[in-house]
Amino acid sequence: MDFKDSPEEATFRDQAATWLKANVPAPAELDGLSEMERGKLWQKRKADAGWACIRWPEEYGGRGANAIQQVILNQEESKVAAPATGQFSIGQGMAAPTMMTWATEEQKTRFLPKLASGEEIWCQLFSEPAGGSDLAALRTKAVKDGDDWVINGQKIWTSGAHYSDWGILVLRTDPDVPKHQGLSYFFLDMKSPGIEIKPIKQISGAANFNEVYFTDVRVSDTQRLGEVGQGWQVALTTLMNERASIGGGGGGAGVKQALKLANSVNIDDKPASKDRQVRAKLADWYVKEAGIKYTGYRSMTALSRGEIPGPENSIGKLVGAPKSQDLASFAIDLQEMGGVMWSPGENDFDNLFQSSFMGIPGLRIAGGTDEIMANIIAERVLGLPQEPRMDKGIPFTEVPTGS
Amino acid sequence: MNFEFSEEQNLLREQARGFLQDNCSTKVVRESLENGGEFNKELWRKVAEMGWTSTVIPEEYDGLGLSYFELSVIADELGRALAPLPFSSSVYLGTEAILAAGSNTQKESWLPKLASGEAIATFAIAEGNGQTTAASLTTTAEGASITGTKVPVPDGDIADVAVVVTKSATGDGASWYLVPLDQPGVHREKVSTLDPSRTYATITFNAASAELMGAEGNGWASTQSLYDRAAILFAWEQTGGSDAALEMAKNYALGRYAFGRPIASYQAIKHKLADMYVKNTLARSNCYYGAWALDSNAPNLPLAAATARVAATQAYYYASKENIQTHGGMGFTWEFDCQFHYRRAKVLSVVIGNESQWQDKLVTGLEAGLDEDAA
Repeated sequence: MDFKDSPEEATFRDQAATWLKANVPAPAELDGLSEMERGKLWQKRKADAGWACIRWPEEYGGRGANAIQQVILNQEESKVAAPATGQFSIGQGMAAPTMMTWATEEQKTRFLPKLASGEEIWCQLFSEPAGGSDLAALRTKAVKDGDDWVINGQKIWTSGAHYSDWGILVLRTDPDVPKHQGLSYFFLDMKSPGIEIKPIKQISGAANFNEVYFTDVRVSDTQRLGEVGQGWQVALTTLMNERASIGGGGGGAGVKQALKLANSVNIDDKPASKDRQVRAKLADWYVKEAGIKYTGYRSMTALSRGEIPGPENSIGKLVGAPKSQDLASFAIDLQEMGGVMWSPGENDFDNLFQSSFMGIPGLRIAGGTDEIMANIIAERVLGLPQEPRMDKGIPFTEVPTGS
Repeated sequence: MNFEFSEEQNLLREQARGFLQDNCSTKVVRESLENGGEFNKELWRKVAEMGWTSTVIPEEYDGLGLSYFELSVIADELGRALAPLPFSSSVYLGTEAILAAGSNTQKESWLPKLASGEAIATFAIAEGNGQTTAASLTTTAEGASITGTKVPVPDGDIADVAVVVTKSATGDGASWYLVPLDQPGVHREKVSTLDPSRTYATITFNAASAELMGAEGNGWASTQSLYDRAAILFAWEQTGGSDAALEMAKNYALGRYAFGRPIASYQAIKHKLADMYVKNTLARSNCYYGAWALDSNAPNLPLAAATARVAATQAYYYASKENIQTHGGMGFTWEFDCQFHYRRAKVLSVVIGNESQWQDKLVTGLEAGLDEDAA
């Protein structure tokens, strides 16, 4: 065991680091640009030099790199002060792999290079008010009309809908068959007439997601991915990639910050960090942080050997999000009455735990709730059976609902 | 990145697992439980013959001179099999102590015998209930003899030699003495314990002849560093046991029906088993890092050890108790095997310092910035 690169990996790391250092935008270059403009500038520069979406085939804007090279590039990019490019992650991480598998050659050539370069931004329209953990219960319907489909209904929790150019979505095209069989998958222009986007204000005060309403929105049948009624299978391609990209378990405050806080506040006139109970909690959270990190190393090793990472990789979010929530809650306790003070939007140390406390509930839900993640581990890793279902084999219209 | 066992090490794992399945089924564990912890000499002989006791002992002392990765693999499998053997006392504690502090003569007289399994070593520190510290020690040394009572001493009833922690007037307040146990000044009595498949004894030293090992007044520091190394190997045993307990719970839940379906299909059970899997995975990954830190003698070894130890202690406790819970009433019967993990998990959790002490050490490691050095 060691943590060294193989010779090929070391060469690649060198190349990547050299290019990144030479090309990362200087502060002056970014002056006066919005976050979005900065991200677009950087993404385009990477794409022009072949450093964007490197795992994709060359003809679609990548360089046919392997998974470990992607990890190495990410590590090196995190070392330079590059503009954030999170706005492209849904398109590149979820829409693109779906297009790669299901779109026509012409569509791939048209859309993938612009996804890689950040010239076009994509969003994902899956969740609905009546379809979250049970995604296949979605109701937004599409009715065939000539060469088009006409969409009516509502999507929810759509990140970046307001700045996206294109969206991927699953729609109910046949309500009279069992629910998984009546779905079809499309992509559409987010500027189409009849689309209305409303931001959702979260408990933290921020608005990272949207509701998207569809009123008689037309989409061409040529923008269907997979057969009519095959939407669920296509959606699985997207979801597998969502789990791969959300798997990290990061986010929120960590043990390092909590220890710093515990050194700065007292319990019974002594630093809180000397209190055995405080130390026990810090230790337990560190065990989780380190465990996730080293589990990641094991996955990276599998990638480095050209293997698929084992199921252990699926624990990150399930461990990380509740840990950050408990840690933030405890840190506020340590601040005693002072813990009530919070200036939303401020990112300094004084506001860190409060911001984390108010933001983390969302992380325990996004991309699969804790409960769904536990089901996934139970069913796919341990091989335990599903719960019996009330909606199996009956037409969607006859499935019991709460509304 | 090469954070994985080698092919040879995985092969060793397969061999070890196969051997233990054939020679150390839970039937064997049950025998030791029911016969009052009679030493299974035959199993010990076979294990020693395969070289497990000599894994990390250098070749000059008749050992195999292999790495701590091999020893980690063996510990993992011994834990999984609940092996009723003095392996941890003799290998992780006794042998390690002699390797760390023994003089050439001491090494020459004991390591070859420990390597071959002919001799068993142990580490004697506790003096009754409660935390032992350098200040609380009452066992004393005078010249080449020691006097005092150590209880409970793991495998103290069958060990041939003990490293005994005694009070010292100098240095950190403690010294190590190497004491052959087959002598008139030593009186031993087996004590009854939570897990009779692993035995303990009260050992009374009455001017027993003993040799100072390492420097006078350095015994407490030596103990801490011995514990850091041993903690990683104990953590592997605990992790192996946790995985075995999860497998037991899973197999039972798949076969047991209630209200017309397998209890494994209820989310209450599925989520319980998923929690076990998560805790076991965190423990295992932290043990991986621990094995690396141990083998490379990394400066952040104390932090890596505490992290693996806390993770594994928590994982095994959880898996062992929830395995009983998953089995329902049958899990509480003498006839079922669930009890073995429940007993072993608790015994392993206090053998080299309890969870709270290791949590404390972990944070001490963070305060020393050892996480900054971490790879």
